[in-house]
Amino acid sequence: MCGIVGLYLKNPRLEPQLGQLFEPMLQAMTDRGPDSAGFAIYGDEVADGWVKLTLQATTEAFDWKALMGELEGRLGCSLDWFQNASAAVLKIHADEAPVRQALAELAPSVRIMSAGQSIEILKGMGLPQEISQRFGLAGMQGSHIIGHTRMATESAVTMEGSHPFSTGADLCLVHNGSLSNHFRLRQELKREGIHFETDNDTEVAAGYLTWRLQQGDSLKEALDHALEDLDGFFTFAIGTRNGFAVIRDPIACKPAILAETDDYVAMASEYQALSSLPGIENARIWEPAPATLYIWERQSA
Amino acid sequence: MKTIDLSTATVRDLNQALHAQAIDNEWRVTHSNGKHNLAVGVNQAVSIDIEGHAGYYCAGMNQQASITVHGNVGVGCAENMMSGSVRVKGSASQAAGATAHGGLLVIEGDAGARCGISMKGIDIVVGGSIGHMSCFMGQAGRLVVCGDAGDALGDSLYETHIYVKGTVESLGSDCVEKEMRSEHLHELQELLDRAGFAHRAADFKRYGSARQLYNFKVDNASAY
Repeated sequence: MCGIVGLYLKNPRLEPQLGQLFEPMLQAMTDRGPDSAGFAIYGDEVADGWVKLTLQATTEAFDWKALMGELEGRLGCSLDWFQNASAAVLKIHADEAPVRQALAELAPSVRIMSAGQSIEILKGMGLPQEISQRFGLAGMQGSHIIGHTRMATESAVTMEGSHPFSTGADLCLVHNGSLSNHFRLRQELKREGIHFETDNDTEVAAGYLTWRLQQGDSLKEALDHALEDLDGFFTFAIGTRNGFAVIRDPIACKPAILAETDDYVAMASEYQALSSLPGIENARIWEPAPATLYIWERQSA
Repeated sequence: MKTIDLSTATVRDLNQALHAQAIDNEWRVTHSNGKHNLAVGVNQAVSIDIEGHAGYYCAGMNQQASITVHGNVGVGCAENMMSGSVRVKGSASQAAGATAHGGLLVIEGDAGARCGISMKGIDIVVGGSIGHMSCFMGQAGRLVVCGDAGDALGDSLYETHIYVKGTVESLGSDCVEKEMRSEHLHELQELLDRAGFAHRAADFKRYGSARQLYNFKVDNASAY
């Protein structure tokens, strides 16, 4: 069992309150996932030619300042960064590939959680309340956010095994359910050059979407292919640079509920997680149909 | 009238009060906020109004009580109900009325997948549409749908009577359309009237078991 929550703001005036609106949603799903939690927040975009990365060290005492100095020296380009608990957000005027290469050489213990122009992924082990406090979720601003509370069933409880999983630039995935063909699919994707860090089934789904998108699929095409190729139970929420998407498998036994007002679209595993939102009593509320893609995106920035 | 406010009282407070013997006849539950297990296991002829959305298993195992939810309900509303009645003013998630033996469940909006799964005698009347795999292995009782039905309606059906006014996306294994005889028109109209829906029984179609799947066939005796 796991919990999924998502909040996409249609009204930009609410953007300063995104974290504050979202924190109770994430915490309401503690019963469904008390062992780890995480979220992907979108906002504070970097300009074209820049890339934003969320990095995770194994300890809050990690010397980010030294690493950033070395990185600047190695790549010779301007960068900006700030630390958030055991994570750091790096904004750098360079292409993603050389930055990944340099980080792998300079700090092999540092893991890259996300990359893009907007996305930041923050996650870890512990109760949702601990995770949201650790990273200061309530004070965060942005246009949209998806989150996950995990109750692990098939792989270890680790920071790496918690959600969201990055699936490419500004894309990420959270999952409630379990996949039954992830072992075979992982072997096939490895042959296609997709790299995996855990034994987690959701990482395989994320790797699958990364591969389909690399093959030139649109998000919709990639998810249509996922309905064919992923065997098992899933409700997915997918964060994109401009919005978010929800899809359930054809059996649809993993729950999902959607709510829409003039101000926002919200998604959760259970209605409880939506009950704290302003105006929810007058929202349009419905259950997403099986094997059907729901997507909300604003015009490209 | 006794009011329980779930912004201050717990769900356990509510259910224990409803299970107590010396109680009021009318109950009102406020600030339900989608909480699970509301008014579960009641065995008293009382009336309960839940003033908001409810979560999973609302009114489960009900006996005698008449329970109204002024909102939507989550998974398994009125599951295993024995008697009494449950009315949902909004919509229901999956497995509404699952395995229930008796009583009347009315859903004014839509019901999700697996509505009436393995129902054993309950009457379910849905004002809107129902999702896929509804009435799977339904054994007894009546399922009435004023809207449409999703895929695989009545799969592996036993003796539940199914009535649908709109379209059926597909019928499950061993479920067939059947002739609407006068006794069916009569029982359907009585159910629609009792549920408070202004539909005419003649506008519905009846579905039931072809009885090819569950009967013992003497032709197969040598297989045992």
